[in-house]
Amino acid sequence: MARILQLDTAVAELVNDGDTVALEGFTHLIPVAAGHEIIRAGRRDLTLCRMTPDVVYDQLIGAGCARKLVFSWGGNPGVGSLHRFRDAIQHSWPVPLEIEEHSHAGMANRYVAGASGLPFAVLRGYAGTDLPEHTDTISTVRCPFTGEELAAVAALNPDVGIVHAQRADRAGNVQFWGITGVQKETVLASVRSLVTVEEMVDELPEQPGAVVLPSWAVTAVAEVPGGAHPSYAQGYSERDNAYYQDWDAISRDRDRFREWLDSEIHEPERSAR
Amino acid sequence: MTGELSETPTTSEFTSDEMMTVAASRSLHDESVCFVGIGLPSTAANLARRTHAPELVLIYESGTLGTKPQRLPLSIGDGVLAETADSVVGVPEIFNYWLQPGRVDVGFLGGAQVDRYGNINTTVIGDEYEDPKVRLPGAGGAPEIATSCGEVLIVMRHSPRAFVPDVDFITSVGYGRDGAARARLGLPGRGPVKVITDLGVLRPDEGTNELTLTGLAPGVEVEQVRAATGWPLRVAEELGVQHPPTDRELRILRELKATVGNGESS
Repeated sequence: MARILQLDTAVAELVNDGDTVALEGFTHLIPVAAGHEIIRAGRRDLTLCRMTPDVVYDQLIGAGCARKLVFSWGGNPGVGSLHRFRDAIQHSWPVPLEIEEHSHAGMANRYVAGASGLPFAVLRGYAGTDLPEHTDTISTVRCPFTGEELAAVAALNPDVGIVHAQRADRAGNVQFWGITGVQKETVLASVRSLVTVEEMVDELPEQPGAVVLPSWAVTAVAEVPGGAHPSYAQGYSERDNAYYQDWDAISRDRDRFREWLDSEIHEPERSAR
Repeated sequence: MTGELSETPTTSEFTSDEMMTVAASRSLHDESVCFVGIGLPSTAANLARRTHAPELVLIYESGTLGTKPQRLPLSIGDGVLAETADSVVGVPEIFNYWLQPGRVDVGFLGGAQVDRYGNINTTVIGDEYEDPKVRLPGAGGAPEIATSCGEVLIVMRHSPRAFVPDVDFITSVGYGRDGAARARLGLPGRGPVKVITDLGVLRPDEGTNELTLTGLAPGVEVEQVRAATGWPLRVAEELGVQHPPTDRELRILRELKATVGNGESS
């Protein structure tokens, strides 16, 4: 059964230095507050996995938490580049960043294989591209029935998978809906998992079609209202587009970024929910 | 083709970006299924739905099927896409069930570089992958869109830095480095059929698959396009000129653009 924990306790217990950690959420329901707690906890040498490393990964990378990034599209959606990510790759600041690069289809299938308990997944992808040359977790496999050569990608099984959802009950059963990305696969592929939720309720309202992660499939649930900000939680909050736009200027400059870290992440009154 | 072309061209001023968006929109046929990226492709696809192609089916890689956004989405995961969709599915499903088996007619791609064989680079600029001159966002959904959609439309602003003889990195395959790789690999989709730019239209040559100038934007000269292209650009024998936007297209496009704060990126 999932344990109901405070966010800081959950991160302290579940995320260790050197872990492979996936914070997923496809534009919608990004577990940003959990990412900030990882920065605050001072975690180092993480292998961070995420299909679309965006602002929260720019912040984690800039804060020096990551040794490696596994991803398929790194940018500030609707705005442009991630400057901390670029600075780490192009100038090793604040620490060198190794990358392992895929397509969205490849990453999604890696989580599917991980969730399915299989060593790899098969897809019709990557053919004719330069990606397999640079990424060890892309290979090919021959179909035993037709002889066709297909792409194979290694399963991704993070030490910790973290997602945000709309709500959970006090037993830790999780409900989420709208754009659900690879959240379900991430939780099921990971050794340990943390779900932050907008709201914890006594009884979950019936919501036909909502994706439910049963309590027994989740390690911990933490109530973090607004925990997806600046991304959004359908039915609870809107995407804060201005934040994404403002991030461009803050992240361009190392000093402005450091000031942001001090005032928004490390300032005492903001810590420990 | 489209109802718009029988209408009189506008007498108002319009920008080359507006012409490019309108041209891209006119390339989409009613009732076809289109895999849409953010930015210009999304603007063009939503314009098409409001003009000549009301039954155009829009799919975004965030998992929204048959979405009908009332305003331009700011990102591929914008809430308006889920609220107005026929169905919302997970990301593994959108790629595995909907794109891979060939259910999508048209894929709409942009990029930082395109080469003479329609290969697209959105990964790195420079010869060294490990030590690039510029690190770009990466692949996203594009590699499989390029292989599995029935056909691909590429939309990009024309410049010598973007239109290079040979891309530094093939993120999404067009016809390969020699123009023949696509056939060799037996990829399911036809590949890029048209590249729409702010200066005109390029199409792959029937024999060699080399991108060739087949159409000009209004007021643009061939020499201008040659100067903006990084390889010796071949020009088709019959060179068309695009119909300028109609008043209706321009009005609807401007109304659409006013519904979003900004729109670049993917």
